[in-house]
Amino acid sequence: MPEAFVEYPDSQERAAQVVAEADSSGKGHLGQNLILNMGPSHPSTHGVLRILLELDGEIVTRAVPDIGYLHRGDEKIAENMTYNQFVPYTDRLDYLAPLANNVAYALAVEKLMGWTVPPRGQVIRVICCELARLSAHLLGMGALAMDTGAMTVFLYIFTEREKIYNLIELLTGARFTTSYTRIGGLTRDLPPGFVDQAKEFVEQFKGKIDELDNLLTRNKIFVDRNKGIGIISREDAIDFGMTGPNLRGCGVDYDIRKARPYLTYAEYDFDVPTGTIGDCLDRYLCRLEELRQSTRILEQALNKIPSGPINVGDGKGFLPHKDKVLTKMEELIHQFILVTEGIQAPVGEVYFGAENPKGELGFYIQSKGGGVPYRLKIRAPSFVNLSILSKLLPGHMMSDVVAILGSLDFVMGECDR
Amino acid sequence: MVHGRDLSYNSKVEGNIVLTTLDASINWMRKNSLWPMPMGLACCAIELMAASCARFDIARFGAEVMRFSPRQSDLLIVAGTVTYKMALSSKRIWDQMPEPKWCIAMGACASSGGMYRSYAVLQGIDRILPVDVYISGCPPRPEALLEGLMRLQNKIMQERSVTEQKQLPALNERVAA
Amino acid sequence: MPAHEIIAALQRQFPGQVGQGRESRDEWSVDVDREIVRDAAAFLKNDHGLNFLVDISSVDHFGEEPRYEVVYEFRRLSEGTDEVELRVKTKVSEDDATVDSIIPVFQGADWHEREVFDMMGIKFNGHPDLRRILMWEGYPYYPLRKDFPLEGIPSEMPGEAFSLIAPMEGGPFVSPAMPPPKVGDAPATTREPRAHPASSLRVDLKEQAAGLHKDSNQRMGQSA
Repeated sequence: MPEAFVEYPDSQERAAQVVAEADSSGKGHLGQNLILNMGPSHPSTHGVLRILLELDGEIVTRAVPDIGYLHRGDEKIAENMTYNQFVPYTDRLDYLAPLANNVAYALAVEKLMGWTVPPRGQVIRVICCELARLSAHLLGMGALAMDTGAMTVFLYIFTEREKIYNLIELLTGARFTTSYTRIGGLTRDLPPGFVDQAKEFVEQFKGKIDELDNLLTRNKIFVDRNKGIGIISREDAIDFGMTGPNLRGCGVDYDIRKARPYLTYAEYDFDVPTGTIGDCLDRYLCRLEELRQSTRILEQALNKIPSGPINVGDGKGFLPHKDKVLTKMEELIHQFILVTEGIQAPVGEVYFGAENPKGELGFYIQSKGGGVPYRLKIRAPSFVNLSILSKLLPGHMMSDVVAILGSLDFVMGECDR
Repeated sequence: MVHGRDLSYNSKVEGNIVLTTLDASINWMRKNSLWPMPMGLACCAIELMAASCARFDIARFGAEVMRFSPRQSDLLIVAGTVTYKMALSSKRIWDQMPEPKWCIAMGACASSGGMYRSYAVLQGIDRILPVDVYISGCPPRPEALLEGLMRLQNKIMQERSVTEQKQLPALNERVAA
Repeated sequence: MPAHEIIAALQRQFPGQVGQGRESRDEWSVDVDREIVRDAAAFLKNDHGLNFLVDISSVDHFGEEPRYEVVYEFRRLSEGTDEVELRVKTKVSEDDATVDSIIPVFQGADWHEREVFDMMGIKFNGHPDLRRILMWEGYPYYPLRKDFPLEGIPSEMPGEAFSLIAPMEGGPFVSPAMPPPKVGDAPATTREPRAHPASSLRVDLKEQAAGLHKDSNQRMGQSA
C-alpha cells in the first residue's frame, strides 16, 4: 500500500517510473499489481486476441499477448492441397482484403513456376489489390475510430465498403472471400460495365475521404487519444520486422511497390506517405493518405487497361477454355490432369512478399515437384506487427491499449493462420 | 415455414383491447428484442458487422444492441471458425448467458468446421453447445443472417414458456432422493 | 554489395562452415552450419546492413537425415542503399533439434522462433520465453511434422483445451475409407495422388520421401 496519496499520473515520465519500479522491485507478476485478462472475446473488431495485462492502477506494467485462438492449420492444409485448391484459404488470411491475399499467393506460385501473367491480367490484379487496400484501410480506421469513441465513422465507412463490395461482387461473384485469382491468371475477365462503375466510385470516393478527414483528423478528442501514444522508434520497427503503414508511420520509407515493383506498379505515379514520430496518430494519417494514393493508382489503372488475354495460356498449366474442353479430347485430358493432380511445379524454393494493406504478406514455398507444395510458409504481417506489443504496451494507460491495438490494425485470421 | 400461433384472437370487443395468450405475448416480446452476443471470431464477423450497419440494418429486428457482455444478451451468434483453443472460452461464455438464450451458428465453420478439416479446428460449435439455427455460407451474406434471425424468431414464436415452465421436483421427492 | 558478394564475405568470415551460394529465380540462398547461426546473423546485420529479418521458417524433410531445416530470410531495406535479400538455411538433425536463438541480434525473432518450436519442435537455445504460441500450453504434439496427421490426434488438457480427430472421409483430401494396401498393391499415393490414410502414413510418406529426395538431390546438384 502506498504511504502517501499519489496524484493520478498522467505524464509519461510518471508512467515510465512506474514501469521501472515494477521491473526492479522483483515482484514480477506476483506482486501487488492487478492482472487483467483482456480476453479472447472482447469487443472485437480485431478478432480473437488475448492480452494479459498487469496493471498498477491504470498504468500497464507488463503485457503478454496470447495468440493462436484462430489457428486453423493453414500451412498443414497446404501440404495436402494443390496450388489452385489453396486459393480459398488465402482469402481468409487477411479477411478484410481477400483480393490482395489472392494476388500475393498467385504471384508467389507464379514466381516458382516462372510464369508472367499478360499485361491485362496484371492491370486487373492491380485494380483488385487497390480496391482491397481501400476496403482494409477503411475498416482499420473505422475500428480505431469506434474504439476511441467516434461511432459515426464506423457506420460511414461501412457504407463506403458496401460500394466496394458491389464492385467486387460484380467482378468476382462474391462480396468478399473472392478466390478470384488462379495460378497463371484470373478466373474471369472484367464484366461489362465494371470499368464505368469503378470510375464512378473512385470519383465520389475522393469526397468521402475528405469527409473522413474532417471528422477525425483535427477532432480534439481523437487527437488527444492518439497523439503521443504508442510511439515506436525506427530502430525498433526495423528490428521487429514490422512492415506496412506501421513501419511507414515511424518514418521508414519502405514500400514494396516502390522497392521491388511487381505487377504494373512501376508504371503508376503515386507517393508513399511516411510519418514522423511513430505514434498512433501517425499511423492513422499514413492510412488516410494511402487511401488517397490508392485512388490515384486506381484512376490511372482504370484509364489504361490493355486488351489481350488475362491468363498465361493453356498448354502451360492453365485450364483450357471450356468450349475446347467439352469438344476436344486433348483438352479434356489436360483439364482432368490439371484438376486432379494440380499444376506440376518445378523443384525449388521461392519467397515472394507483396505489399498488402497490413504489411508484407509473404509466401515461402518449397516444392519437391508435383502438384502439391512440400512446405508453404505464410509470412503474415499481423503476426510480426503484434510481436512488438509486449515491448510497446508497458507504460501506457489502460485506455491507451485500445487505441494502440486499433492503430496497429492487425487481423487475427492472418496472425494465427 | 410455420409462423407460430396467432398473436391475438379476432375479437368483437371494441376499443384498444387485444386478446392473446401469455405465451404468445411473451414470445412476441422476446423475439422482437433479441440482444445478440456476437462471438465474432473470423471472417463471418465482418459480415455480422455489415449486417448491423446501415445497408442491412439489423436494428429493424430489434437486434442492434450488440452487447459484448454475455450476462446482458439473449442470442449468441457464433460467427467464424471455432478452434479447439477457443472452444472452452466459447462454452464458458454460453454458460454465462442467462436463460432464455438461443444460439445461431453463422457460417460453414461454426456449423461444421467448414473447409478447415484440420487438427486445430472444432468441427462445428454444436459439439459443445446447442444450436438453434444454422446459417450456411462462407461467409453468409448479411441477408442470409437476417433470414436466419427471422427463422429463429419463428422458432421462438412456437415456444411455450409458461405452460412448460421448468418445475423443481416436489419437496417430498427431493427429500426422498 | 550484391548478394553473392555477401555470401563470399560470409564464407571468408566462417571458413568451412558455410556452403555454396545458390541462385534461383533471382534469389540467393546459402547453407550454414547450425553452430554459427547467431554469429552469422550478427555478421550480416552489423557488417553488411542486413538489418531486417523477414521470416524464420522450418521444413521437415521426413526420411532424410538431417531431418529439419530452419530457413532465415534477411533483407537490407532499400532506404538509400540497394535492397538485398538473402536466405540462410541451416540443417538440424532430429537427435539434437536445437539451434541458437538469434534474439540478441534481432528482437523480432522472438515470436518466429516460438512458432517454429510450436509447430516443429525445434528448440532455441537462449530464448527467454520458449513456449507454445499458436497451440495451447501442454499440447503434446508438434503439428507441422510430416508424421503428424492432418486430422489431428485426440488430446485432453482439462480446463484448457481438448482436441479430437477431424473427419476426413469423403473430404477433399482423401478418397473414402480404403483398407490399407496389401503387399503387391500399388501404394495409395499412386492410385490417388494425395491420399494418405492416416494408418499407413509413416510407411507411404517415408518411401515417397526417399524416392523424391533422390531425384531432387540429383537435380539440385547436391550430395545426399
